[in-house]
Amino acid sequence: MNKKYKDKKITMAHGSGGKASSDLISDIFVNTFNNDYLATMEDQARFDMQSGQLALTTDSYVVSPLFFKGGDIGKLAITGTVNDLAMSGAKPLYLTCGLILEEGLPISTLDEIIKSMQKTAEEAGVKVVCGDTKVVEKGSADQIFINTAGVGVIPQGVEIHSYSAQAGDKIIVNGFIGDHGATIMQSRAELAISADIDSDCQVLNHLVEAILSVSNNIHSLRDATRGGVATVLNEIANDSKVCINIKEDSVPVRVPTRGVCEILGLDPLYLANEGTLVCVVAAEDADSVLQAMQQTKEGENACIIGEVTDGPEGIVALNTLFGGNKILDKLIGDQLPRIC
Amino acid sequence: MKYVDEFRDPKQAKKILKEIDKLCSEITLAEDRPIQIMEVCGGHTHSIFRYGLNQLLPDNLEFVHGPGCPVCVLPRSVVDNCIRIAKHEDVIFTTFGDAMRVPGSDISLLDLKANGSDIRMVYSPLDALAIAQKNPNKRVVFFGLGFETTMPSTALSVMQAQKQGVDNFYLFCNHITIIPTIKAVLDSPGMRIDGFLGPGHVSLIIGTQPYKFIADDYHKPLVAAGFEPLDILQSVWMILKQLKNGEAKIENQYSRLVHDEGNASALSPIQEVFELREFFEWRGLGSINHSGVKINAKYSQYDAEIEFKLKEVTVTDPDVCQCGEVLKGVLKPWQCKVFGKECTPEKPLGALMVSTEGACSAHYSYGNNIDLINK
Amino acid sequence: MCLGVPAQIKEIIDIDNQIALVDLSGVSREVNIACVIDGAHQIDGLIDKWVLVHVGFALSVVDEEEAHKTLQILDEIGELSATMEDLDLGSK
Repeated sequence: MNKKYKDKKITMAHGSGGKASSDLISDIFVNTFNNDYLATMEDQARFDMQSGQLALTTDSYVVSPLFFKGGDIGKLAITGTVNDLAMSGAKPLYLTCGLILEEGLPISTLDEIIKSMQKTAEEAGVKVVCGDTKVVEKGSADQIFINTAGVGVIPQGVEIHSYSAQAGDKIIVNGFIGDHGATIMQSRAELAISADIDSDCQVLNHLVEAILSVSNNIHSLRDATRGGVATVLNEIANDSKVCINIKEDSVPVRVPTRGVCEILGLDPLYLANEGTLVCVVAAEDADSVLQAMQQTKEGENACIIGEVTDGPEGIVALNTLFGGNKILDKLIGDQLPRIC
Repeated sequence: MKYVDEFRDPKQAKKILKEIDKLCSEITLAEDRPIQIMEVCGGHTHSIFRYGLNQLLPDNLEFVHGPGCPVCVLPRSVVDNCIRIAKHEDVIFTTFGDAMRVPGSDISLLDLKANGSDIRMVYSPLDALAIAQKNPNKRVVFFGLGFETTMPSTALSVMQAQKQGVDNFYLFCNHITIIPTIKAVLDSPGMRIDGFLGPGHVSLIIGTQPYKFIADDYHKPLVAAGFEPLDILQSVWMILKQLKNGEAKIENQYSRLVHDEGNASALSPIQEVFELREFFEWRGLGSINHSGVKINAKYSQYDAEIEFKLKEVTVTDPDVCQCGEVLKGVLKPWQCKVFGKECTPEKPLGALMVSTEGACSAHYSYGNNIDLINK
Repeated sequence: MCLGVPAQIKEIIDIDNQIALVDLSGVSREVNIACVIDGAHQIDGLIDKWVLVHVGFALSVVDEEEAHKTLQILDEIGELSATMEDLDLGSK
């Protein structure tokens, strides 16, 4: 970071469009994101598009705390948007970055976040090509809010939809679930627990490429963010008008995540993830997809957790350890720690 | 996880279920109905549904879900008083997560939080005390609820406040006692419970002696039960054995944690800080004598009821509410006139629809669909 | 209220205020141990003991012998009738 920003904070001047603004853009954003599109400092990024269907998405990030074990708001802002694009089968290409900064935010914090965004963008192979910065008075925002929009191209012939699941399909997750939610619980000071868990925050587009390289029969792909794996399964069951059966003893949960859930009375199937996807694939391709996933870093712990069945439409059922069945309902509101 | 996983072994469960099957075929009741075992405690209800245990029982055996969920039985008036306290500008209102969504006459604490009041979820009353120490200019109120299980922690936190000279910490005490609860169920007309799964963690505090009257006077068996699936199944098996032999005894299945004489180190702070209330209002069961505790005179400076001048107001449940009969095993949830119509999980009228693990709420969400899945 | 989990006491952090650090599958938390200190369990004898934790308090020490006995009984339930069944099947 340029020495002149040491110990300095964001002021209203940084959002006013004058010298302070343009210096900040040059020194922090253009310098860090480091690509030809942004370097032009035009009002827009211009690029040629490959032919094919475009995918476009946007998300805003307001997480607190800004930094947590395994990630930060910057990393989240890139992975969230890249992953949303990847779930359509699209190759993510270009992202925007809109910032709302609270007056008084240390510039070193901003710099750290932007560096994290660039590192994650490089991992995904995408570029941040345009942006915007606004500053609001102290108290009007919680330090920093980030919005990213992203565009990608869906290869010809790839059709992956929430409504395409069919009876007989297998359901695969790429690894341990609930780690992000458990990490955030840990970071909430009032719960005062500490555990050796990191957020699973990671980009998934390379994993999706690996999946698509071995199968044309991927029916649905969703990243299981807020509301967890159970929520995504409900959405698919609803949209596809199918019944989904999950085997409880197949669901992979790390030991400390399970510990956090036991202490707080939470269900890992409803905890947030930021690098976990649910893949619904035709039965005949399930094994090859699983193997392809297990060859990647993001999917080394992939496993089949259930299947789509003939049953009441829109219902997700958990086959418990004891052979009984429990409905995994949609979450009403946030999951709260309980004592009863 | 030690002392947990061993008690969740599916192979053992299958064996016990076979024995339960056998015992049930050897028991005939005077009336023509299934054998009904009541689990008193909300934690048992949760375990039963979590592991699908109710689906694994033979046809002539049923669980009746009892009134042991302190959240479900919170009367509207108590929630209204929480709201009254939390609305003060200088108050930080702290509570367990369970209580956030319970509706009062109008709104819940979660609604009020969205409106800007400083309401914080805590895992422990000691966390609330820490908040008080960090915010000396605020009045920090802890909403204490639960049976005897949670009383020692609340009492110790009040004692700690006194020891450390924290004078901005208050307790809104709504703890309830288990014995009058069970007695109210036993005394209600039309009661059809054949045996009780005793609340394991309450028993850890009070021991098993206080349950003796259930066997001596009402001739019903009670087994103090742990919360893992094998604990519950073993306890059911123990109750069935008693029923088959025409016995009515108090037994302790949870002996790895429960001592028959209780835990004196936990009872001592309760006796130090609390005293019995004349009566306490229960959602769905009406008013029960000596079923609640309040802060005694020695610790009255920490009593939120005094500090905030709260009045005891009764807010009656709607006439149509039949929670009482469902709680006592007289009616099934779906037999209640308003079940699923005026009373749903989104708009609950009564206690058993309020909590996500209440009997009516569970049946609403799972009922029909479970049958279809199981076919 | 019921949600309690067994956790192991690792360290006494504050003797005066009776606070210990417990561990459950790699998750740690400070808990108050006033309810488990008695004649049978002095504060320094509590290290490595398993306790039931509920809302930040240890409420009881796990009796390891009783836990073992309970598991044995669970093991035995059904063994007698399973043996009888085997004998029956064998003799048919």
